[in-house]
Amino acid sequence: MTTVKVGYASCGIAAGAKEIYELLEENLDKKGLDIRLEKVGCIGMCHNEPIVEIEDEEGTHTYGNLDVEDVDGLIEDHLVQKVPYEEKLITSPSEEYDYFAKQQKVVLRNSGKIDPESIDEYIERKGYEALKKALSMDPDEIIETIKESNLRGRGGAGFPTGLKWQFAKGAESEEKYVICNADEGDPGAFMDRSVLEGDPHAVLEGMIIGAYATGASKGYIYCRAEYPIAVKRLNIGIKEAREEGFLGEDILDSGFSFDIIVKEGAGAFVCGEETALMHSIEGERGMPRPRPPFPAQKGLFGKPTNINNVETWANVPWILRNGADKFASMGTEESGGTKVFALAGKIKRGGLVEVPIGTTLKEVIFDIGGGIANEKEFKAVQLGGPSGGCLPSKHLDTPVDYETLTEAGAIMGSGGMIVMDEDDCMVNVAHYFLDFTQEESCGKCTFCRVGTKRLLEMLSEFSKGRGTEEDIEKLKNMADKIKKYSLCGLGQTAPNPVLTTLRYFQDEYEAHLQEQTCPAEVCRELITFTISEGCIGCGTCIKECPADAIIGEAKEVHIIDQEICIKCGACQEVCPVDAVEVE
Amino acid sequence: MKLRCECCGHEWNGAGINEYCPECGVEDKITKEDPERDLESVLRRYDPETSSLIPILQDAQERFGYLPRDVIKEIADFLHLPVSKVYGVATFYAQFRFEPLGDHMIRICHGTACHVKGADKIGEAVENKLDVKTGETTEDGTFTLERVACLGCCSLAPVMMIDDTAHGNLTREKAKDIIDKYREGDA
Repeated sequence: MTTVKVGYASCGIAAGAKEIYELLEENLDKKGLDIRLEKVGCIGMCHNEPIVEIEDEEGTHTYGNLDVEDVDGLIEDHLVQKVPYEEKLITSPSEEYDYFAKQQKVVLRNSGKIDPESIDEYIERKGYEALKKALSMDPDEIIETIKESNLRGRGGAGFPTGLKWQFAKGAESEEKYVICNADEGDPGAFMDRSVLEGDPHAVLEGMIIGAYATGASKGYIYCRAEYPIAVKRLNIGIKEAREEGFLGEDILDSGFSFDIIVKEGAGAFVCGEETALMHSIEGERGMPRPRPPFPAQKGLFGKPTNINNVETWANVPWILRNGADKFASMGTEESGGTKVFALAGKIKRGGLVEVPIGTTLKEVIFDIGGGIANEKEFKAVQLGGPSGGCLPSKHLDTPVDYETLTEAGAIMGSGGMIVMDEDDCMVNVAHYFLDFTQEESCGKCTFCRVGTKRLLEMLSEFSKGRGTEEDIEKLKNMADKIKKYSLCGLGQTAPNPVLTTLRYFQDEYEAHLQEQTCPAEVCRELITFTISEGCIGCGTCIKECPADAIIGEAKEVHIIDQEICIKCGACQEVCPVDAVEVE
Repeated sequence: MKLRCECCGHEWNGAGINEYCPECGVEDKITKEDPERDLESVLRRYDPETSSLIPILQDAQERFGYLPRDVIKEIADFLHLPVSKVYGVATFYAQFRFEPLGDHMIRICHGTACHVKGADKIGEAVENKLDVKTGETTEDGTFTLERVACLGCCSLAPVMMIDDTAHGNLTREKAKDIIDKYREGDA
């Protein structure tokens, strides 16, 4: 039977998938076509949203960048005439899209393939088989398998998962917990959201297996409140899993009981840190505490707790089903499996990308992402969000694995990968991230609370061209202290974006400080907008200028009053003849 | 919720707890628009323990749009916690608000992808258009403008979300047009 799948994750919906779906539903019905219409999770090609995939005896055709106007043609050509609707065809069964050539889907195995609100479809694709297998195994045997697979924490720190489980199992207690950290807070990262929206059962199954292995009776999923679709689909999944006997009392007659509750976060970045997250579940301010004791000894409500990230959990069923060897063989010696990245920024083909660990940055950005958009030059790639760093082109051959990236000054992080081009100012980027961490610092540690504020002030001065060589030393010194004297990952990593930009783009800092110029023409205090002779005097910019800084008669060259100009660039955007120049 | 004084006919918005008519001061003749939508029905669903605090605050905010002082006090009583403790938790998290909202919530995304694609400019354009600063509500109560760390639609950057709908690939012009549509009630 022919199946029409509409990518119905957050990004698809934002691009208009809802309208496409409704129109398809209405028209398929009207035409009396016997076709299965489905909403699926993220297909991964966010740059082509909204996306529709049609599966029939021929194989899968993918259509992208669809408008509501395309729906008629799509139905008429593909479903009635049985010829591809060429205008918006992206891939057909006969040609592979090179976007996927270097990708390997483990975590995203079902995302975009199944209806995430149907447990039957998950089961059809071998879902919950790993759980059945696990329940017939000894918990130690499961932990051994996870250890052999070389799976490491995908939240960013990369702690070996099997070892973590072993600690939790070894802790003596009547009551233990497992937690899924779904508080994906890095700006520019949406891997976990896509997994939760596209394949919630993979995470649930992983958690049930982990709970069985460690001896936990209750699980929590701490999910960002900003992800309403993920929360909804998790709750549907939990209900379905209970009905099928995969959750609740005496799971599959094994004598093992376990249940999961979804807790919504309330908008605090620091709650991605495990001890802060647990305080938040307990109903407290989400502030971290010193470790030890580690959560495996004393975690949620004072009980032994095993906490893993969404992506880590989603790997678990795959490993049990396909074997630890197969998983380990995909990655590097130190780290098995794949990593999902959210590829975005100044890239041609952004989206959700899953590659074996050890793939180089170049392969991800150029082979998969198609390189830089609008014929611009690559400048840097930012990994790991506010805790990570910016790597320049000379590091493009760096493989993505925990050690090498850390050595280069970035981190693997949770998987945000933002590509920047020649128009991005590195001082501004450092300022941006620091502004974020400064705002999100919970305030517990003085060096994080006050230090990030001071760093931000220095960077603000730099972006205005004010500062000396000495100030750069001062900044490095302060960054060092913040890293040393902060309790949790937020403070310990907060200076990273500043330090890596200084390390690789010192010339840009020097241009700001010594020549009072911003080479990328971003920092407002250092640029001026002027109108060239090419001005046709149309007055569009006068109307647009929010500061009323532009004067000029009709059909005569306009002038920007530099005293009033706020350098927002609105005039440049609207000028029909590109007569507004920046220096 | 909408409240009405049966004594003088004055109507106003409030939390519906310990209310008195701001016009004539009457306390016992106030009718609520929807008696089921009160705090009582929220609290009923929770156990009175500290771990319920955040879900209760979320639920209460869902009901009232924000967390009025009276609501905080009732929640504190219910959980046997000091009011200061409840405020301590509520003010820690960005989600909770203590002022009423506009009819439409505009969230400008400032994720990394949006930042490098000009989120600041979109934010400025919307501020100018609505004549408010980020964090404020327009005088007519139609829009509240906020910034958000990341909406996760990075491929559509720059993005803003109005109520529950995300609008992507924005330019200043497009952002302003979209707001016009909401103002006209077309969206």
